[in-house]
Formats: sequence, C-alpha cells, structure tokens
Amino acid sequence: MTKAMTPPVPAPTPPGKQKFQFARYQDLALVPVIVLLLVVGSVLSPIFLTSGNLIAVLTQQSELSLLVLGQAMILVVGKMDLSLESTVGLAPALAVALIIPASSGGLGVGLAAWLALPLCLLIGVVIGGLNGFLILKVGLSGFMVTLGMLTMLRGLQLAITEGKSLIDVPESFLYLGSTTWLGLPAAVWICIVCYAAGIFVLKYLRAGRSLYAIGGNSEAARAAGIRVDRVVWLVLVIGSVLAVVAGILMTGRLGSVAATQGEGMIFQVFAAAVIGGISLQGGKGTLFGALSGVLMLGLVEQILRLQGVSGFYIKASYGAVIILALIVTRFATGQKQE
Amino acid sequence: MSELAATARGVTKRFGRTLALDDVGIEVRAGESHALVGRNGAGKSTLVSVLTGMQVPDAGEVAFFGEPAPPVADRAAWRRHVACVYQRSTVVPELSVAENLFINRQDLGGGLISWKRLRREAAELLETYDVAVHPDALVSALTVEQRQLVEIARALSIGSRFVILDEPTAQLDGPAIERLFARMRSLQAKGVTFLFISHHLQEVYEVCQTVTVYRDARHVVTAPVAEMSKPALIEAMTGEAGGLNVPSGADRPSSAEAVLTVSALSGDAFSDVTLSAARGEVIGLAGSASSGKHEFAETVYGLRKPSGGAISVDGTAVRGGDVPSALKAGIGCVPRDRHHQGLVLDLSIAENATLSTAGAFVWPRAQRAAGATAIASYDVKAAGPDQPVSDLSGGNQQKVVMARALAGDPAVLVLINPTAGVDVKSKESLLGVVDAQARRGKAAIVVSDELDDLRVCDRVLVMFHGRVVREFARGWRDQELISAIEGMSAE
Repeated sequence: MTKAMTPPVPAPTPPGKQKFQFARYQDLALVPVIVLLLVVGSVLSPIFLTSGNLIAVLTQQSELSLLVLGQAMILVVGKMDLSLESTVGLAPALAVALIIPASSGGLGVGLAAWLALPLCLLIGVVIGGLNGFLILKVGLSGFMVTLGMLTMLRGLQLAITEGKSLIDVPESFLYLGSTTWLGLPAAVWICIVCYAAGIFVLKYLRAGRSLYAIGGNSEAARAAGIRVDRVVWLVLVIGSVLAVVAGILMTGRLGSVAATQGEGMIFQVFAAAVIGGISLQGGKGTLFGALSGVLMLGLVEQILRLQGVSGFYIKASYGAVIILALIVTRFATGQKQE
Repeated sequence: MSELAATARGVTKRFGRTLALDDVGIEVRAGESHALVGRNGAGKSTLVSVLTGMQVPDAGEVAFFGEPAPPVADRAAWRRHVACVYQRSTVVPELSVAENLFINRQDLGGGLISWKRLRREAAELLETYDVAVHPDALVSALTVEQRQLVEIARALSIGSRFVILDEPTAQLDGPAIERLFARMRSLQAKGVTFLFISHHLQEVYEVCQTVTVYRDARHVVTAPVAEMSKPALIEAMTGEAGGLNVPSGADRPSSAEAVLTVSALSGDAFSDVTLSAARGEVIGLAGSASSGKHEFAETVYGLRKPSGGAISVDGTAVRGGDVPSALKAGIGCVPRDRHHQGLVLDLSIAENATLSTAGAFVWPRAQRAAGATAIASYDVKAAGPDQPVSDLSGGNQQKVVMARALAGDPAVLVLINPTAGVDVKSKESLLGVVDAQARRGKAAIVVSDELDDLRVCDRVLVMFHGRVVREFARGWRDQELISAIEGMSAE
C-alpha cells in the first residue's frame, strides 16, 4: 500500500508523545458513565453487582443490541431503517406460520421444521433487499420507504396470525433462546460475536471503512472508486438480517411470537445509537460507542426496576434518561447533534 | 484625501493557538475597488468575517464611513453598512428570487406579506441593477452568475454601499467574469465600493485600483495596483522573490509509446473525441464551462457513462462508467470539486489519502504511515496523518486529493481544475507533482482554464461545444489560446 506512493519520501517518524486528543477517544466517552451506573446500582441494591443480575441485564439488552448494531451501520452510511422493529416480529412469525399446522395458527403449508432458521434469515435478506431496491434503484426517500415498510410488515404479521400469538415455536428457536454456553446465554454470545465482527470489519476492512466514506461524502466515495450503491444495499440487508436474529432470540426466549413482537423498539434503537455517538447525519460514530449506548440504557432500566419504580413511571423515566443522556453526550463531545 | 468606506485598525484575532490576524489593518477608500490578496491561511477570510461582523476581533476596531462599527448583535445595522457575497451562496435555493431579495423583510414593513407587491418591488430592484432574472424564478434554477447578481442586488437594496466579493470568479467562466467586471465598474461609477478577493492576480490588475497583501496573518503592503508589478505582488504574497515557479517541462523526455488511448468517445455534453497520450506526456484540455471538457475527463475516469467510443490504458480496454475498473486499469483522478467529490471532510488525512487503494484490509498503522508519506511527499502542511482534512486550508486539502489520486501509482493521471482556489505556493507544488509524474513516464491530462496550469502541458487541446476544435503546441501565446477558448476562432 505504501510502496506505491510516489515520489517516495521516507515517512517522518510519528512523534512519540502526542497531546491527548479527546476526539480519538470519543467512542470511550460512555465508559465512565457505565462505571458510574455500576457504582450507583451497587450502592442502591446489594444484588446489583451479582453475576446473575448483570447477566440478566445483558440478556435483556441482547436483542436491542443487535438492532442497534444494524441501525448503527445503516446510519453510518447515511441512511436509516425504521422497519427493523417490524422485521423482528414478522420474520419469525412468517417462518413459524409456514411450518406449524393450521390447527396451531399456521398457514397450512407445513414446511419441514429444520427450515425455520434458514427461512427466517432469508426473509430478512428479502426485506433488506427490497428496502435497498426502493431506496437505491427507484430513488425513494429512505425515511419514507422504511416508514411504509414498518407499517406494512406489522400489518402483514397481524394478517398472517390474525392478531394472535404463535406458541408452537420450533425447537431450534427455543434452543437459541434458552441455552447457555460456558455460563453465558447463547443470545449474549451471539451479540458478542456479532459486535466483535462488526467492530473488526468497520475498523480493519476496506469494505468497512468505505461505510464512513460513503456517509461522510458519497460523491467523494464514488470518485474514489467505492461502489456506493452496492455497499449501501449490503448494509441494509445486513441490518435486516440482524433484526431477524434479534427476532429469533426474542421468540426463543419468550417461547412464542407475539403479534406485537418488537413494537416500539425502534425508538430505543435510535436513542442507544445516538447516545453512543452515532451521527444521524452519517459518516460518524463507532460500533463500540453504539454498544456502550445499549449497555447504558440497560443499566439505567435495571436500576429503576430494582428500585421498584412503578411500571407506569418506568417508561417516563426511561424517556427522561434518554434526553438526559443526550444532553450529557452533547456537552461531553462538544458537538451539536442536529 | 477621499472618504474611507471601511477601515480596520490594529485587528488581532486568535482561534485557540492559531493567530489568524496579527495587528492588521486595511483602509478602503470610498468608490474604489480594493483587492485583498494573500495565500491560503494569510488571514483574508478572517478579516472578511471581522469586517462583516461575523467574528469579534480580540483587539482593534472597525469603522464604516468614519462611524464605529455597530455592536455584533445588531445584524441589521451591519447589513446596512457592509454586504458580502461569499463563495458559498447565502440564498435559499428553494425560494423564489423575489423572496430571496427581501428575505426576512418580505412584508416590506406592512406586517402581512403582499406577494403581489413583493414581486413588483423585486422586479423593480432587478431592473434597477439590470439583472435579467425573473422574480418568480426559483434560485435553484439560476446559474452561479445570476445567483451572484441576485446577492449583489440584495446587498445594495438593503442600503449597503460597501460590498465584499469573496472569490466571486472561482466558479465563473471567462465571459461571465468579464460581465461581472463590467458590472463592478458601472456600480463603482455609481459610488459603490468593493473589496475584491481573488487568487487570480490577473483579475486584480483588470478591475482593482488598490491592492492590499496579507501574509501569515500580517499586513504586508498596500499600494496602488498601477505601481505594483506582478512579480512584486507575488513576492509580497510569498515572501520570496521571483513569481510563480512552475517547471514548464519543455525538457521532459518524450516518448512515442501511447499509454492512454481514447477513440471516438462520446458522452454527456461532448462527442467523438479521440486522443492518445504518450508516456511522459502532459496534455492540457481547455474550454469554456459548456465546452464538455469536464464531462470528457469525468467519463475517462468512469464517473460518467460514455454513450459511445472506447478507452484503453496500455492496450487494455477500460469499462465505461465504472470507477473501480478505471482505477484498476491505472487511471487516477483529481475530481472537479474537492468538497463535493474529492474528500470526506470528517475523515483523517491518512484515511482520505488511502481511500482508493486496493486490498481488503486496512491496518491503522499502515494507513497512518501512508498518510505520513503523503504529507511528506506532497508537502501537506498538517499536524499529522490523524488530522481531519476539514482542518486544512484549500491548497493542502487539494494536495491530499492529489495523494489519493496517485496512491495506486496510476499510469494515467486525470486532473480536473487541479489548482482551483489554491494559493501560489500550493499551485507550484501541485503542478510540480504533475511534472514529476510525467518525468517518471506517466501520462497526464490537465483540464483547466488557468493558463498557469496549461503551461506545464506538452500540448493543449481546446474544446468548444463538445468537440476538440484546436490544438496548440508548447509555446502558445496567451491571447490566441484565450480566444480559442472563448470560441472566437470557431465562429
């Protein structure tokens, strides 16, 4: 890579001691906040720092974190996908309905049970692909397309299930939703693997770096030889597939597909991503930051719950915390969020 | 002594650790066109923001026609004293010309907006200043030239008699520049004062009476234009004797072996262009904004789809309309507009410089090293490879674009307006890189209107209405090239 640079001049050795630059550590901005929340939580409740409680927090946040992972990448390329939350419900519901007999609320197609997982993932690919087609090829507004898709997919799920929960869930879903590997729930492992892969790709692979170039200036990215449409399309598909995985884990954990599965999650997804430093304008933010946004929201929720805050207030406090977190991030980073 | 339209005395302004203006002043006499020149980073933009009340100086004072400047919060008062037409437009594209002219005073003092009256007043205003634009037209539909005229008319209608033009000619073609100058002269005759900022020194001689030079945040000299020779002016700007020092390349070894072959290429705004560039050859491509030269160059690099013809590098055909394929074939490009197509401003120098390089993995260490090499090789003034390019001055940003274009060691380099909006020193080093590439046996196409850029070329092709109409060998005279560009010889 460097050998081609011309005319060849030896690179000056970078100065050993550099001034501390806050911008370089911006994705670590929430780490102190998370530590603070852990301290506050343990002061308020003796069981807070137990592994059982912390694993519970991680498990609760695993599905949200996968959605945030997908959305963060989509936001970095400068798009957004509101339909992710409906995909969480529709994909498992449709796959399950194609497998279980009509007597349990299925469609009567009766596909083999082992098809459940591949079918689900395929549905994710189709939804993401369709979003990409409408946005990139037809040239529609991403916001409006995915808003339409949000409503349509949710409606489709209600139509298929006639508004009922599907309780005859395939073994494979239940396994993923309930098993533990090496003491951690499978869902948590899946998140760890997905985030590790995502962080690696966005940091060390050219394809991953191209997301930032596209989100920062898509014309410049194109002029630099990046296949902009292809990358954006792929990111939309990956986002949908991650939403499907979240849906599978949720189905397995709860043992059924509720008609409202995933409903309302998109707001938390955006909140976690933005708190984690992902710019809604595109081109900025890291997946580690997004993950710390998810963890922060999870810890806050758990603290409120352990304090016995009434369910009626928990939602309001949660919203207030999101706004508070945004204010804190705004001043910690010194940048307007717009 | 005539009255002073604007004065600044002892102005100092710091941004963090950077001293942007160091105890500088300027005196603009009423009714003159006063040029302010200097290299990128000399402090011109900061002075403009101080003179327009956008920035409060740390020290010093500003006055208009002998009165001290209004408080910074009083925008309306500032707008009555001074107006500025910036490089970036300050009109709202999706509103009509009429509404833009009276923006934020659409009610014309009446409380309710009367659209009929607004249109009528706008039409009168446009008529007064002889701007041939319909008041109902959307500003987004105007040309850059028309948009600037609308902005000038708006400024004058607010009552300002002192207008700052910040690089107004950067985006205009030859005839439009002439029309702008004619208008400046006629407004000047009516008593309007201009402060004119431009990188094109020729324009300073054409339209200004007095010139002020800034260098490194300091005032260097103010003198009547007539008493300042061009070499003296360049010396004042750079602090070094001896004008623009660009290798002409007349001594470059020539070769008959063609690298780039373009045959009968047609596309957006041009048709049937055939050319071939040999190893070590630099070809200039000149023409007016509508000549199709930009479209041709962008098609060669794959940014646009050709409608016919073929491109090949070293005998290998390049797929049309596909940038990755052009890169792979060995074509590198400095695109037309560095903000729009050249750079991702939030990303670092290292990242921008390596945006086009092949290979699936990006190791930050290697990338930073590549960035550091680019900084050293292309003489980029920067704190380090991690610095975001948005921090750099125009000339240095353009060097990063150049570094990116050359990162894959391309056999053919396509440069579109490579020195637009960059200062003399940066221009020298950018054109020096082109010369060095040619000496290494690479071919280059330089698309530009600037004669300085074209002087580095072995031959210059002139395009007019989408076709190549003339070819000049090295040693052309300015006048004959310019008249060919304006289409004078084609008529």
